[in-house]
Amino acid sequence: MSVTPDAPAPVVVRGGSVAIGGRPILRGIDLTVEPGEFLALLGANGSGKSTLVRAITGLLPMAAGSVSLFGTAYADFRDWHRIGFVPQRSTASSGVPSTVWEVVASGRITRRRPFLPLSREDRQAIADAIDVVGLGDRASIGISQLSGGQQQRALIARALAGQPDLLVLDEPAAGVDLANQQALADALGVLKARGATIVLVAHELGPMEPLIDRAVVMRDGRVAYSGPALGARDGHDHHHAEGSTHDHVPHVGSPFDGLGGGR
Amino acid sequence: MNDFLSLFSLPFMQRALVAALLTGLAAPAIGTFLVQRRLALLGDGIGHVAVTGVAIGLLTGASPTWTAVVVAVLGAVLIEVIRERGHTNGDVALALLFYGGLAGGVLITGIAGQGAARLQEYLFGSLTSISAGDVWFTFGLTVVLLVTTLGLLPQLFAVASDPEFARVAGLRVRAYNLLIAVLAAVTVTVAMRTVGLLLVSALMVVPVATAQQLARSFRTTLTGAMVVGVLAALGGLLLSAALSFRATVAPGPTIVLLALAMFASTWPIGVWLRRRRRLLSPFPAVESTSHTVTDEHPHEHGQACGHPAVPHEDHVDYVHDGHRHAVHGEHYDEH
Ligand SMILES: Nc1ncnc2c1ncn2[C@@H]1O[C@H](COP(=O)(O)OP(=O)(O)OP(=O)(O)O)[C@@H](O)[C@H]1O
Ligand SMILES: [Mg+2]
Ligand SMILES: [Zn+2]
Ligand SMILES: [Zn+2]
Ligand SMILES: [Zn+2]
Ligand SMILES: [Zn+2]
Repeated sequence: MSVTPDAPAPVVVRGGSVAIGGRPILRGIDLTVEPGEFLALLGANGSGKSTLVRAITGLLPMAAGSVSLFGTAYADFRDWHRIGFVPQRSTASSGVPSTVWEVVASGRITRRRPFLPLSREDRQAIADAIDVVGLGDRASIGISQLSGGQQQRALIARALAGQPDLLVLDEPAAGVDLANQQALADALGVLKARGATIVLVAHELGPMEPLIDRAVVMRDGRVAYSGPALGARDGHDHHHAEGSTHDHVPHVGSPFDGLGGGR
Repeated sequence: MNDFLSLFSLPFMQRALVAALLTGLAAPAIGTFLVQRRLALLGDGIGHVAVTGVAIGLLTGASPTWTAVVVAVLGAVLIEVIRERGHTNGDVALALLFYGGLAGGVLITGIAGQGAARLQEYLFGSLTSISAGDVWFTFGLTVVLLVTTLGLLPQLFAVASDPEFARVAGLRVRAYNLLIAVLAAVTVTVAMRTVGLLLVSALMVVPVATAQQLARSFRTTLTGAMVVGVLAALGGLLLSAALSFRATVAPGPTIVLLALAMFASTWPIGVWLRRRRRLLSPFPAVESTSHTVTDEHPHEHGQACGHPAVPHEDHVDYVHDGHRHAVHGEHYDEH
């Protein structure tokens, strides 16, 4: 899809608020993502990045405000094939073994009709998506036999298989080694060049940094900064030791979240 | 033996065989999705609730098959709603429903003045009670079930494997989950006459567990489970018929025991297969940092030397005693 100057913005959030279990998490979010833009969403643990991404993709209802996708209010939006989503932690449960190919193919679901078999185009898109994340030689291996970073790459391929115009990735590079982060950055670069819009949640931009058009920094459920990426030290002091794997598990009501002396 | 062969000419036996074949196809098909969603015991719950449905049929004089379908579907929807809503203590709520269903069924059957023997037919299956109408009913439901599960396989797979992703992909996750629950309820009533309500769940789960031993993809698990299901259902039915010359044997237990025997016999194969796959999966292509040569090597590695030859970049490594030995000219390298 090529970018036309007056194409509707892929994501518009106006006065967005989200509450989980009655507790306000996001307040007064205004965010517009322009067509073809590569937006990085940054912020400390628990600042609401995943919550915002889940509100944009409709997984969480808005308590107030509105979301519209490609110019259509969320409630009326039906062009699901235009959106690709890579969740932070997969909700995947695997009581039955499934192969990398099967998992990636399930991402093609947005472009398939019920009761019809895969078309050649579908198969091609699935194979391309697997190649892009460098799992070509492992397509027929059980997904549970892959390492954490490889599984993460399979989930990225799943989102790519639907050939989306808007790609939303929640920490896709967590647990992925530098070489594959570079491969991921190259793949995202290709998508961007094709005109796709990308929203990326990250703690470290790493090899993606040159692609970023704009950084939005979240703090305690609000947008604290929006503008050019600031380089390595961007609005929060959270650094990984080289090579350590790190789970960003959201925690409820952590005393160190900087909520102010309100409690 | 002649007695056994003459069984095939008996109309009730023919009907029972057709019913068993259909059940063996349907139960594992839907069971695969239940196991995938880690709801292996859902079929069991629905089976218990359906007991009340059968009892209502016996009490009111309506066809127990139909009342069982209605009550099982209602029960399945209720279980699904409780599961979806109740984050806390969902399993306790389910357990209450199971026991309520079984107790209610036994009580109502008693009120209806029907003996335990009548209920037993539904609890553990019965060869002789299957009418021609039942066979048609089973046939119709099985066709609906197979067309839906196989036709919607990609959608059901997406929903079962990652509900959140499926929602962002625009699938109505709740509707698909309800569909699976309703299909499971239909399967339970389909299988009621052959395996019986209390053992239905086994025919949904055990073939899947068996197929999993050998398969590594979802699709092969599904087809393998259906094959195992058909073999167990037909074999168990014939076994119970053969045994029934000497004792009263309900088909349900023999079908389930046969399925379990198939699981038990594939299990060691599965363990061996998984070990082998792990052993023989290629080593990652990482540039070696040093060149370590083995000392005097006791034997020459080759195709038939008995050591696993594992692909590694453009050559193979021979694996033994925790070493990876690669041929390099006249000697072996440690890789
Ligand atoms: N399911 C939930 N129930 C209750 N509170 C939640 C839930 N999910 C998130 N929260 C709260 O919402 C806030 C924002 O969480 P969110 O997951 O959006 O953070 P994040 O910015 O993505 O952090 P991370 O970098 O760790 O991924 C946190 O304070 C957390 O306590
Ligand atoms: Mg997060
Ligand atoms: Zn050898
Ligand atoms: Zn080697
Ligand atoms: Zn050797
Ligand atoms: Zn050498």
